[in-house]
Amino acid sequence: MAQFTALRSRIVSLPVNDIDTDQIIPARFLKATDKQGMGDHLFADWRYNPDGSPKADFILNRKEGQGAQILLAGDNFGCGSSREHAPWALTAFGFRAVISTSFADIFRNNALKNGLLPIVVDEATHQMLFDLAAEVPDAELSVDLASQTLAFPHGSVTFPIDPFNKTCLLNGVDELGYLMGFEKDIAAFEARQA
Amino acid sequence: MPKTLFDKIWDSHVVAEGPDSPAVLYIDLHLVHEVTSPQAFDGLRRRRLKVRRADKTLATIDHSIPTTPLDVPIGDALAAAQIKQMETNAAEFGITLHGMNSPHRGIVHVIGPELGRTQPGMTIVCGDSHTATHGAFGALAFGVGTSEVEHVLATQCLLQRKPRTFEVRVDGKLSKGVSAKDIILALIAKIGIGGGTGHVFEYTGEAIRGLTMEERMTICNMSIEGGARAGLVAPDQVTLEYLHGREFAPAGPAWDRAVARWTRLPTDEGAVYDRSMTLDASALEPMITYGTNPGMGMKITDRVPMPESLKDASQKAALEKALAYMGLRPGQSLLGHKVDVVFIGSCTNSRISDLRLAASVLKGRRVSEGTRVLIVPGSQDVKKQAEQEGLDQVFKQAGAEWREAGCSMCIAMNGDQLQPGQYAVSTSNRNFEGRQGKGGRTFLASPLTAAAAAIQGRITDVRTML
Repeated sequence: MAQFTALRSRIVSLPVNDIDTDQIIPARFLKATDKQGMGDHLFADWRYNPDGSPKADFILNRKEGQGAQILLAGDNFGCGSSREHAPWALTAFGFRAVISTSFADIFRNNALKNGLLPIVVDEATHQMLFDLAAEVPDAELSVDLASQTLAFPHGSVTFPIDPFNKTCLLNGVDELGYLMGFEKDIAAFEARQA
Repeated sequence: MPKTLFDKIWDSHVVAEGPDSPAVLYIDLHLVHEVTSPQAFDGLRRRRLKVRRADKTLATIDHSIPTTPLDVPIGDALAAAQIKQMETNAAEFGITLHGMNSPHRGIVHVIGPELGRTQPGMTIVCGDSHTATHGAFGALAFGVGTSEVEHVLATQCLLQRKPRTFEVRVDGKLSKGVSAKDIILALIAKIGIGGGTGHVFEYTGEAIRGLTMEERMTICNMSIEGGARAGLVAPDQVTLEYLHGREFAPAGPAWDRAVARWTRLPTDEGAVYDRSMTLDASALEPMITYGTNPGMGMKITDRVPMPESLKDASQKAALEKALAYMGLRPGQSLLGHKVDVVFIGSCTNSRISDLRLAASVLKGRRVSEGTRVLIVPGSQDVKKQAEQEGLDQVFKQAGAEWREAGCSMCIAMNGDQLQPGQYAVSTSNRNFEGRQGKGGRTFLASPLTAAAAAIQGRITDVRTML
């Protein structure tokens, strides 16, 4: 799995609540049998005109959207379907972290397996970051996973993360490899169940 | 210590658990479909792994399959390739697949229960968020991503943190014209689409006990729309009657042993849930959504809310954005609103009882001119049953399209989709922007309300037609 330790980046601000996975990547792009090209479909229906040309006013098509690795989104990000295509599309576009007040359960699990860090902040910090993005579009944030710190120009906050997920991200641990280490326990469980 | 139904299932499936690591949870049944599995099978190939328990794995084709007659070749090359890949993967890894020509093919959450594979006390996963459906049997069932599909294929286990429990008690009795779909839409309207995040619902109370298995499946199915990955109903006599005699249900002495086990599953007297809430079924009316998530729902006789009535600025903005997408005005009634398409189907409402309800309204009537009505059975077995009962004739005589089984216009991957700007009344589970086709606008409702809209060509209170 992709390792995550720290990053410093501008933010892409998408102040919309309840961004569902159908918005992150519409279902018509789920017919692929591999993971290629997902970044082109990220937020497709918000990002492109019906003729396929980019919508000039959508943030990913503006200067602020280029090269930023942190997405700042409204409450309850990633609700809806279980499609892992959502974090695939976000990471293929270049995002390494998403900041919100809350994440849907399945999306959070999927994100963590793809080196995409879901950062939960309180409402006041959330609002302050949206204000910052509006007032200083090229402001940079720093994320340090080891200390669980999100730093902005005038301060910093700490954010929660499951200790197991933290270890996996910091070390790029392969969860399937870890799980396969329980082979004896699994076989014993099956023997008891039979 | 008294335990909840959830605790009992969870505790009996923990293979290993360390103090700082998630539980290794054993999975009894893994359902697989063509859309979220190809990259997982690729992962197995790269690592030279086998499917650990093919006998606990069942595959079908549902999301991208056309619902047009089976002898018509699949026009969409990508969909055809994805379906072919599912066939290749099932053959290579030795998994049972209900493919194109199987008489039991259908939506994964319809066929699991129908075949008797879904049983009380099990852990069930699938790369699909509506796996919550199977909770109707008192099974812990939830959706997972493709990485986790690979984990389960390889190890039959998942790494999981224990979720919290949330009792949703539904007291009282439903009135005429009000159905299971209205219960779940009312719950989600009340708690919001993130209201159950981090929790597993257990639906209890008189109204739930009074529901059939298919109605319980409708409710559990949409648990995820309330943010809960899973929803449970304790098994009872209704569950046993549904399961007895199904192809993969235990039989003979094994049935008696299973029943003894299942009888111990319901939540113990005095067990504590992390959260609880109560709904009064007798106060419910037919529900309809007005916005772009399933929590934006109301009684069909209500008026669309006013953004200025919301205190929170981001919620106000969300409502304004939703109404702009939907082309609706604050304060308007939806009754009489034009409907271009009616879709009756999906893992929420495509079972035989749903079709019977729709037929009860459509029988002897004609679909409104200018309204397209698609009726898509959840499985080929449901289709066969409906045809034996003559429901297909009722639908065709009314002017509706009677299709082959699949997810169809719920997710609009297979060519069944809305055109930009069209309005649909849909018995499916999501009204997200573009969910049923780019630019399409969805009103979620029950099969009865959908059938009423089909006849009138407008949003209608079905109680005026019963």
